[in-house]
Amino acid sequence: MTVQPADVLLGALGALALGAGALAVTTRQLVRAGLWLVVALGAVAGEYLVLTAEFVAWVQVLLYVGAVVVLLLFAVMLTRAPIGASAGLDRTRWPAVLVGGGAGVGLAALLVYAYRWSTVPLPASDNATGRIGAQLFRSWVLPFEVLSVLLLAALVSAVVVSRPDIGARPEARANAGPGERA
Amino acid sequence: MIHPVIPYLVAAGLFGLGAYGVLVRRNAVLLLMAVELMLNAVNLVLVTADTTVRAALPLGGQVFALFVIVLAAAEIGVGLALVLQMYRLRQSIAVDEVPLSDPETEQLAGPTVGSGVWG
Repeated sequence: MTVQPADVLLGALGALALGAGALAVTTRQLVRAGLWLVVALGAVAGEYLVLTAEFVAWVQVLLYVGAVVVLLLFAVMLTRAPIGASAGLDRTRWPAVLVGGGAGVGLAALLVYAYRWSTVPLPASDNATGRIGAQLFRSWVLPFEVLSVLLLAALVSAVVVSRPDIGARPEARANAGPGERA
Repeated sequence: MIHPVIPYLVAAGLFGLGAYGVLVRRNAVLLLMAVELMLNAVNLVLVTADTTVRAALPLGGQVFALFVIVLAAAEIGVGLALVLQMYRLRQSIAVDEVPLSDPETEQLAGPTVGSGVWG
């Protein structure tokens, strides 16, 4: 039972991810929750790097840390969140502790039972991104195209949801003033 | 050589934290952040399984992780549009104050209409 450097890295990054995630779901300050989420997602990206999934790691950094967290912080600020700690962010804790803890401990027990302390060699990481691209556009090209349609649908639906004059009830549309009547 | 149980345990912990956050948070934006934690746990399981299991179709787990990341981006876009619309309508994004009945008459009579969305 020797400890490898990759194991040490995985353990350290995992502890960082878990600690930052715990702070993100328990902090009383809205903006700090977003910043702790950055740390947690960055640590998960580091785990991907150790697991020789470089492409997924950098996509994670670009999309999650770059785009999703910025969107979340935008939403925090657009909803006029207070700067300091705010009360009333959480509701009763014990059902959430029960369900969350049960899910976490149950999954952990199942995975420990399945994998024990087995070791696996890491695969060679030469040209991994090229091989992912080949797989993506050979075996998975139909889901890829469906996802592009889904992204377009999400974009259009976000625009429609944000425009109150589209799809409103007729009386509401009458209230919206002249020119808005479709 | 790695022990695959380490990233699996991290993923289980992240999923539990995300489930706790989804259930305990009242603020809709914080709830979406907890959903992101759960999605990341699933991605970590996918990537770890892809690295440690010899599959007939190689790299399928990483491709699935990429798909999940794209789905999460779409989800966060639509979700935040809904949250912002809710804030414009009700001046509050507490998810346990959302009325389950038809809010039409209440909103038209409510104080937030004049400067809000239809004014």
